[in-house]
Amino acid sequence: MKLVTKYTLGAAAAALIAGSVSAQDCADPIKVGVLHSLSGTMAISETTLKDTMELLIAQQNAAGGLLGCEIEAVVVDPASDWPLFAEKARELLTVSEVDVIFGSWTSVSRKSALPVLEELNGLMFYPVQYEGEESSKNVFYTGAAPNQQAIPATDYFLEELGVEKFALLGTDYVYPRTTNNILEQYLIDAGIPEENIFVNYTPFGHSDWSTIVADVVELGADGSQVGVISTINGDANIGFYKELAAAGISADDIPVVAFSVGEEELSGLDTSNLVGHLAAWNYFQSADTEANAEWVAAWKEAMGEERVTNDPMEAHYIGFNMWVNAVTDAGTTDVDAVREAMYGQEFPNLTGGTAVMLPNHHLAKPVLIGEITADGQFDIISQTEEVPGDAWTDFLPESAVLVSDWKDLGCGMYNTETKTCVQLTSNY
Amino acid sequence: MIRVLISLTWLLASVSVAASQDVQSILQTHAEEVAKPSRKSVSVVLDDLVASGLPQAPEFLEQWAERNVWRNNATGLFVIVTEEGDDLTFRDIDSGETGTASEDGFTQLRPNGGVRRVIGTALVQFQLSDPDPARRQSALDSIARRGEASQLEPLVASLAGEDDPALRARKEQLITFLTARFGEDTDARVAAIESLSADTSVEARAVLSQILSANAGVATDTPEGNIARILDPMEDPTASYGQLVDAGLAPPIVPVGAVRSALEANIVDGRVGGVPLAQLGDQDMRNMAYGALAADGTVPPLVTQDDITVALENAVFFERYSEEDTTVTDAARATLDAIETRVGLEQTFDLALDGLSLASIYFLAAIGLAITFGQMGVINMAHGEFIMMGAYTGYVVQLFVPDYTVSLLVALPLAFAVTFGAGVAMERLVIRHLYHRPLETLLATFGISIALQQIAKNIFGTQARPLTSPDWLGGALVISDNIQISYIRIAIFVFALLFLCLLLFILNRTRLGLEVRAVNQNPGMAASMGINPDRINMMTFGLGSGIAGVAGVGIGLYAQVTSEMGANYIVQSFMTVVVGGVGSVFGTLAGAGLIGFLQKGIEWLNPSNTLAAQTYMILFIILFIQFRPKGIVAPKGRAAAD
Amino acid sequence: MTKEHTPRTSFVARNPSVLYLLMALGLFTAVVAVLSEATGVGLISTSFVKTLGKTLCLCLIAIAMDVVWGYCGILSLGHFAFFGIGGYAIGMWLMYARTEIIVAESLAGQVIPPTPQEISDAIGNQIFGVVGSSEFPLIWAFADSLFIQLAFVVLVPGLLALIFGWLAFRSRVTGVYLSILTQAMTLALSLYLFQNDSGLRGNNGLSGLQNVPGLADSGQDVVSLAFFLASALALALGYLLFAWITDSKLGNIIQAIRDDESRVRFLGYHVESYKLFVFTITAIVAGIAGALYYPQAGIINPAEIAPIASIYLAVWVAIGGRGRLYGAVIGAALVSLLSSWFTGGGAPSINLGFYTIQWVDWWLVLLGGTFVLVTLFAPKGIGGLFDKLVRKS
Repeated sequence: MKLVTKYTLGAAAAALIAGSVSAQDCADPIKVGVLHSLSGTMAISETTLKDTMELLIAQQNAAGGLLGCEIEAVVVDPASDWPLFAEKARELLTVSEVDVIFGSWTSVSRKSALPVLEELNGLMFYPVQYEGEESSKNVFYTGAAPNQQAIPATDYFLEELGVEKFALLGTDYVYPRTTNNILEQYLIDAGIPEENIFVNYTPFGHSDWSTIVADVVELGADGSQVGVISTINGDANIGFYKELAAAGISADDIPVVAFSVGEEELSGLDTSNLVGHLAAWNYFQSADTEANAEWVAAWKEAMGEERVTNDPMEAHYIGFNMWVNAVTDAGTTDVDAVREAMYGQEFPNLTGGTAVMLPNHHLAKPVLIGEITADGQFDIISQTEEVPGDAWTDFLPESAVLVSDWKDLGCGMYNTETKTCVQLTSNY
Repeated sequence: MIRVLISLTWLLASVSVAASQDVQSILQTHAEEVAKPSRKSVSVVLDDLVASGLPQAPEFLEQWAERNVWRNNATGLFVIVTEEGDDLTFRDIDSGETGTASEDGFTQLRPNGGVRRVIGTALVQFQLSDPDPARRQSALDSIARRGEASQLEPLVASLAGEDDPALRARKEQLITFLTARFGEDTDARVAAIESLSADTSVEARAVLSQILSANAGVATDTPEGNIARILDPMEDPTASYGQLVDAGLAPPIVPVGAVRSALEANIVDGRVGGVPLAQLGDQDMRNMAYGALAADGTVPPLVTQDDITVALENAVFFERYSEEDTTVTDAARATLDAIETRVGLEQTFDLALDGLSLASIYFLAAIGLAITFGQMGVINMAHGEFIMMGAYTGYVVQLFVPDYTVSLLVALPLAFAVTFGAGVAMERLVIRHLYHRPLETLLATFGISIALQQIAKNIFGTQARPLTSPDWLGGALVISDNIQISYIRIAIFVFALLFLCLLLFILNRTRLGLEVRAVNQNPGMAASMGINPDRINMMTFGLGSGIAGVAGVGIGLYAQVTSEMGANYIVQSFMTVVVGGVGSVFGTLAGAGLIGFLQKGIEWLNPSNTLAAQTYMILFIILFIQFRPKGIVAPKGRAAAD
Repeated sequence: MTKEHTPRTSFVARNPSVLYLLMALGLFTAVVAVLSEATGVGLISTSFVKTLGKTLCLCLIAIAMDVVWGYCGILSLGHFAFFGIGGYAIGMWLMYARTEIIVAESLAGQVIPPTPQEISDAIGNQIFGVVGSSEFPLIWAFADSLFIQLAFVVLVPGLLALIFGWLAFRSRVTGVYLSILTQAMTLALSLYLFQNDSGLRGNNGLSGLQNVPGLADSGQDVVSLAFFLASALALALGYLLFAWITDSKLGNIIQAIRDDESRVRFLGYHVESYKLFVFTITAIVAGIAGALYYPQAGIINPAEIAPIASIYLAVWVAIGGRGRLYGAVIGAALVSLLSSWFTGGGAPSINLGFYTIQWVDWWLVLLGGTFVLVTLFAPKGIGGLFDKLVRKS
């Protein structure tokens, strides 16, 4: 709580600097909607993103605002209640009349807001890694699509660790389900027999992991190298890693790569027994670049020394800056003009290299694989070139024929076989 | 071509260089592979280093794996480095000369897990007879992970000098494993294989399975070689036919989509194969049109179901061992079969242990409720929040007391005290007024529950907090590879037992227990006998809440501490109490046992979906309550009167 | 029912509150309709019309809850499950029909007419693609028929309540046991729906329900007003139905069961049948309320059915005042609107100097506290205060 006060002071100082800006007449003040849950189950992750947005906006205002106007954040709380995402999105677009929305974490909340965004022609930036299979005209996906996280991590398992048997453990919801479907197909294509892939789904917040861990160990009984690909979400990871540590499974025996475990999640854990297990993201706080050092310092200054940065924060960082540049290029915040200006927008990643916004509304970003260290951070051991995000995966037969190209084809779901646009709205 | 040439010259160079030069020059020859190592490319470096026979090579490899090797960005030289803040103390690999430098000009080499494993394998021959037991151990670990034929000889050679009994036993075991897989002489292999018949470990089974590794194949007549078994293609006709197609023995099935595109490509005057376009909205008509096209030879013919059956009947599907010696595979098969039976038994036992552990967790979570609900008939929806309060107490204690053992010893009584106090306060302020309105206690305590949950969120944040168990509770009791249970679960089980005894003692052997039972059976009569029911109710409620707090510490140790952790247990706990029978400690025990074992049983039947197991469990409980509405152990006293 | 035996005054005269409430509801509906965006006035935004419409649906399920709990004494913690089932039943049709239109459009341009199988595959792929499947589960067999799905809105909750109630009441499960049992039922249902294999898209649930097929041309302002009006009508009818039931002799027996079940049984009434009737009819009304609610919410997902939702329902009724239908309406409307006001950041933060109370963080604490106080000191809820006022005047 007290940190907030500290930060508010910072923002106030920023507002003072930007005073000259706000003094000008802005017929139409620029409003940025922030649609992240501040209460309920998802507050754990999303509050950080709300803070990120406020920091970014304060920084931008300190740097002179946008189009000569000050940017105003409109923060609402959809309270982890999915229908509320639709309701609040409508409120933001029609009542507060925001120019852009940054928000959502879970896929279901995005799918809840989608129809409203498309109906009212709004614009939303979605910052979290997700299962793909979607490309809305009104959403820019700044998080990773499966081919920017899951596939490279699986390649790493196959190539670098020589894993022959896979345990795909996930929480029972859409992201793990779809990702595991894609990975299963991908592994089969890579020559891993179907019986060497063990899939298990557990509920949110699951805590009784002993049987599942024993099942995973048992997979090694035929002498294969076993690896775990974890799409376990949130709190359940804590019990899972505790059980792994208790069973004495080191990363050398059975490596675990997680797609939903970042710096924030590790802060609830004693990581000394988990050293060497892996995570795949597009960003780690330990990335050794100047831009990242600055960003981490700004974040810690605003929020407190013990706070960590993570991947979705970088997604918002890139997304917001791209949006600012696109608005500057277009000279207006009009959604259609900004969307046109977004394509091909480039912005430096915090991890080095440049992110590019593609016509399918996804980013090209590098994929990083990190090993957990004893201090709860990640040691980056592999970093690829920028990988273009793929809205429709190539590894499922139904979506392999689909592409998204809003720039030239003007369609987010274009069937290359029949050469027709399946639909202009998205499949919520 | 050029690459081949280069690598050839490299090879030549390295052979000549290795004999005469130092480690650094070998590294420089393969600088790229050293700086950015990959499992697949690193072996060339390792081979050269090992072949060089240089005394510094093993040390370099160890340091490399430990990430202590850095590269000088300017000169490209590799050095061994000790980090001190931003400064580096570096040491020349060959000469051992030391110096210091700032971190800026150097890049740390970070071999990944796969590379480290390959390095470990390369190090084996150096470490097997190393004076340091830790190094010998790591060599043995490497062999256990990735056994190779070449390791057998040095391993046997090192056995004579081994004085550590544990390592010696391990070496003998690994020699058996390696002999079974790679031994020269069939008799020795069979003997080694048969000696494994009592070994249910994952490693032993891995050895046998690797000997028995087989490839599926298909042929037109009886195949050659060491055949594992002949398969029936009709078990999975689609897959079998796919195998035939892959082997080039049958034409591929034309997919529906391909039929469609073929038709589209062959439209003549609004007709395909004589069928008008408008009629093609029907699969049979499409097949007819396609058949007409196929008859003309424009497209490959459709593969019908009959074609598939005929093709499958005329082929032999088999699995062939990669091991050619039948004696060895027969022995391995027989031994593995014998082991599997034992493994099955062990796994059943392990499952029972898991069930027992789950039951004890449910019991611990529910026992407090058994008192408040069972003895007093009070529905306490905030029970879960008392569990949470206990867990957070543990977390706060750990903030102040860094030693985990001491903090645990402090946390347990403190958690009891905190939740006892909270329970007493709640009883005095709220529940006391609602004894005659049980349904309303449910609602009022629910109000308290959401308020407490939110307050916890406001204080501790939504992020899960760490509650770390002391080291002596880390790890697991390993009876065999298939039977193991973590110490923390054993501790929870012991905990649950202790509580059971304590509670039975309090209820049956103390004055307080007598009074509690008296008030439970007939409050009016008890009051007239001089018992103060108010005080007893307060104490009972405090006791139930206090126990919930202690349970919270236990649960927090093995799972996550969040503001919602209590809510995860509340419905389960109520069901445990209701299924067991309200008002009886043994009933709760029976309820927890039933639910714990049942859940594990259902999970075992459907291992890939834990959520489904929970659903069926609850359905079972609903049905169970229909048939035994008062639970396993039917209640007496106040609760029975409802 | 037995009017010829006991000379009684007219229904309305006996229940003036019915008339007042219906008049208030009518006036409110008319005002909202006139001020909405659909008529061009636009003083009330479309999103607020949706909120109000949803609130009316919540009022409807709250009066159902009041009948089963306040009048009959069964504290059901499962009525939100029936609400959810109603939502799922209508949601299936909405999704199917909407997707069918999209698929038909996308396939229309093709040279070769699509086979029925291709159409069905394409619809399946659109609906279930997001959960990694494309097969139509069995429960979607009738999703193409609005009529059957509407029937399901009534039949499925009704049948489930009938079977569950029959089992439970037959075994004489009462009081808190019944509450826990209904809660277990809700939990089982929501866990089942959470599974991806349930055939109802798991955690994603059914979404985009606000886009009613066939009404794509008339904007959301019109659609949401239509649903608002429908919800108001449903609430009025539901209110009348329950007022009539509770006023009749049946209502007397039901209340007698609440007060002393054994006596009613000894008087020769078949208590189980009465309870079963009340349980089932309220479940049906809950289903109807859900079917009206979710097209306005836009998405239904298993989290909606979680046990906590049903407990909140009891909270509304308790705060509003049990045993009075208007109490339930007041409670549901007040608490749900206040809740969205507080969590929506509408309430100003209170600065205590050393600490700032932000209502997003403290609203639940306030609600929980209020609830305890109401239970302790005003067991008749807000409706009880109302009664006192009326009696004084």
